[in-house]
Amino acid sequence: MKKEKTMKLSLPTEELMSSGHLACQGCAATLAMRYVLKALGQKTALCIPACCWSVIDGPFPHSSLDVPIFHCAFETAASSASGLKAGLEMVGDTETTVVAWAGDGGTFDIGIQALSGAAERNDDIIYVCYDNEAYMNTGIQRSSATPYGAWTTTTPVKHFKNRPKKDIDAIMAAHRIPYQATANTSYPEDLFRKMKKAKGIKGTRFFHIYAPCPTGWKCRPEDSIKLGRMVVQNCMFPLYEVENGEKYTINIKPREKKPVADYIRLQGRFRHLTDADIAYIQQEVDRNWERLLKRAEC
Amino acid sequence: MKKVIMGNHALSWGATLARAQVIAAYPITPQTQVVELLSEMCASKKLDAKFIKVESEHSAMAACIAASLAGARTFTATSAQGLTLMHELLHWASGGRMPVVMGNINRAMAPGWSIWTDQNDSLSQRDTGWMQFYCASNQEVLDTVIQAFKVSEALMIPSMVILDAFALSHTYEVVEIPDQDKVDAYLPPFNPPVRLTPSDPHAFGGLTGPEHYFELRYKLQIDMEKAPALIEESGREYERMFGRYLGEVEDYRCDDAELIFVSSGTAGYTGRVAVDALRQEGVRAGNLRIKVFRPFPFERVRRIAAGAKKIAVVDRNISYGHHGIFYQEVKSALYGKDHGVPVFGYITGLGGRDVTPDTFKEIARHALTKDEPDEEIVWIGVKK
Amino acid sequence: MNKTKKKTEKIIFESEKDVPLVPMSLGSMLYNKTGAWRNIRPVIDTSNCLQCGICWKFCPDVAILIENEFPVVDYVYCKGCGICAEECPSKCIAMVEEEK
Repeated sequence: MKKEKTMKLSLPTEELMSSGHLACQGCAATLAMRYVLKALGQKTALCIPACCWSVIDGPFPHSSLDVPIFHCAFETAASSASGLKAGLEMVGDTETTVVAWAGDGGTFDIGIQALSGAAERNDDIIYVCYDNEAYMNTGIQRSSATPYGAWTTTTPVKHFKNRPKKDIDAIMAAHRIPYQATANTSYPEDLFRKMKKAKGIKGTRFFHIYAPCPTGWKCRPEDSIKLGRMVVQNCMFPLYEVENGEKYTINIKPREKKPVADYIRLQGRFRHLTDADIAYIQQEVDRNWERLLKRAEC
Repeated sequence: MKKVIMGNHALSWGATLARAQVIAAYPITPQTQVVELLSEMCASKKLDAKFIKVESEHSAMAACIAASLAGARTFTATSAQGLTLMHELLHWASGGRMPVVMGNINRAMAPGWSIWTDQNDSLSQRDTGWMQFYCASNQEVLDTVIQAFKVSEALMIPSMVILDAFALSHTYEVVEIPDQDKVDAYLPPFNPPVRLTPSDPHAFGGLTGPEHYFELRYKLQIDMEKAPALIEESGREYERMFGRYLGEVEDYRCDDAELIFVSSGTAGYTGRVAVDALRQEGVRAGNLRIKVFRPFPFERVRRIAAGAKKIAVVDRNISYGHHGIFYQEVKSALYGKDHGVPVFGYITGLGGRDVTPDTFKEIARHALTKDEPDEEIVWIGVKK
Repeated sequence: MNKTKKKTEKIIFESEKDVPLVPMSLGSMLYNKTGAWRNIRPVIDTSNCLQCGICWKFCPDVAILIENEFPVVDYVYCKGCGICAEECPSKCIAMVEEEK
């Protein structure tokens, strides 16, 4: 007779997201939501601009979340969240955590003005950007979060994206907000811990969550978690926190940096890259990592 | 309490007395004084509100919409470029049923840069589902802000209170500032049928297919059609409490008029001066000032126009490729009705070019000599 | 564990009078049986299961439930993405073709 032990789960079991949502197989953006809501609890209100989650949540008159959502215009994740927080406070609700929940397009590109405005004012919101590295909801078009070398429908193979990924974290650090962090759905306990920490801080808090998209990256759906692990182990998307734009804490420093080639090989969006391209990418990843290490030292 | 204040400050006073709770605004000439006085009101705690100093008008409307959904009374103000920057979100406020009240200073659209008045900015928003009130005096501005909150919140439809740049926004007039207690009695706190709260979670405004969208928008129109009766009722109540009636239109000497000017904004008051002068010359003129443009006051326009021999619509705007906008709407309102009064349309005063009693006299001279209106637009005051 | 207080059937409005004034959700997504999407299904061999909780943790569709201290696949909603099988440390989850 096998001895059965009690399961010790690393996250709370209560779910605020149900099954039946419309996400693709293997979508890490749904995992991001699942974990964030576990950390923040039911007294949360989301502002979701146009992005995959506008559709994932489900069509009117249905919703897959047990928290209220304000579906807002594309550019307005941060400004809606600022307004929602102000409104809730004025009607007597000072406890609800207001979260702007946007994709990379709505954060790095069209939403960056509102985000910068809210951060500069230090509005009391948590801004979460789940980054699947392109405009996925509209069919995989390039955004400024698309990494160098990637194919998208607007950067076809002959003209692949030849600009580096916009460093949104440095931009947010320049605003000197009280707290920001990168996170990754392959490290749910780390994301959970950081979100819990953020919940207790007042002011603008920013999360940049890496969220693999099998549909847009042309990888296997079952590889979502593996890719997330690789991207931390090869330092392409390091896990770190910044407080007040100055104090950098790197959460995971891989003892042995894995080569980016292994990560790149698993995704069809990089299939056209030559060895020289990959070497260039490796060089840039190394440089960015060194730069981050220096910032963490100061 | 009587004060001598500018039109912009009348907006600020209206929002303060209405106890707006969240204000998000961005500066633009000639609106700046509205928000400047409001921030002082907030800072001195005369107004208990959160003032979000947003970084663009688009963000201003976004913040107002969200705050309104949370159940807070919201206000903002803008003009021209700012109003048109908000355009996307104007549709959002009406479709999402958020009763935001906004002050708009009518200012000509660029290019070239103009800070002077015409009506294209607000009229090009006429399809967005917002109620529109065109004011002609600072008193009316202040009173209408309060009435607008009442009507908007009853219908869950946003509204804009509109005044001319400089001609009203920066013109000082004597205004009776009502007592806060009386305003509170007229306008109770905002109590929406539904609000965004975690204790009753819903997703607002999600993906809506053809099987649902039509009914949502049908409901918006049906509720908008209730507005004229509500405006009349709340306008009469205001008259009982404060001594000033706030109606859909202002009828000046139209009863026995053969020629009726249809005008709006400050030109609507200029029309009255012209009517008096014309009457001295023996012309039986009248002036119908349209104050509420959305929802369009069909019933009143038809009733007042019925007795006239000619209607001359004075438009301080133009829909390029068509005609003046009040002209189109008045003409379509009168189309097919038994009386068949000919409607003449005139475009004047774009970009702040002055509209004076002489403008109206020139219009009268033209209309009186013609039996039927021309096909072509009649431009008054343009250097041809 | 799918705790939701909302209705779980698909909502159809007969008339505009039933449509809410403000466009808002009135029910959950549980009416949408996403199990129909898959062509492979995870099968858990609990005899080798370490009860680590990783499959439960990484399921994007909340389609692995914990019952009696062991993971159980909710085939009504499982989309067959294969993450659970890929991540299982004891490799006790097999992805098996759906029978047609």
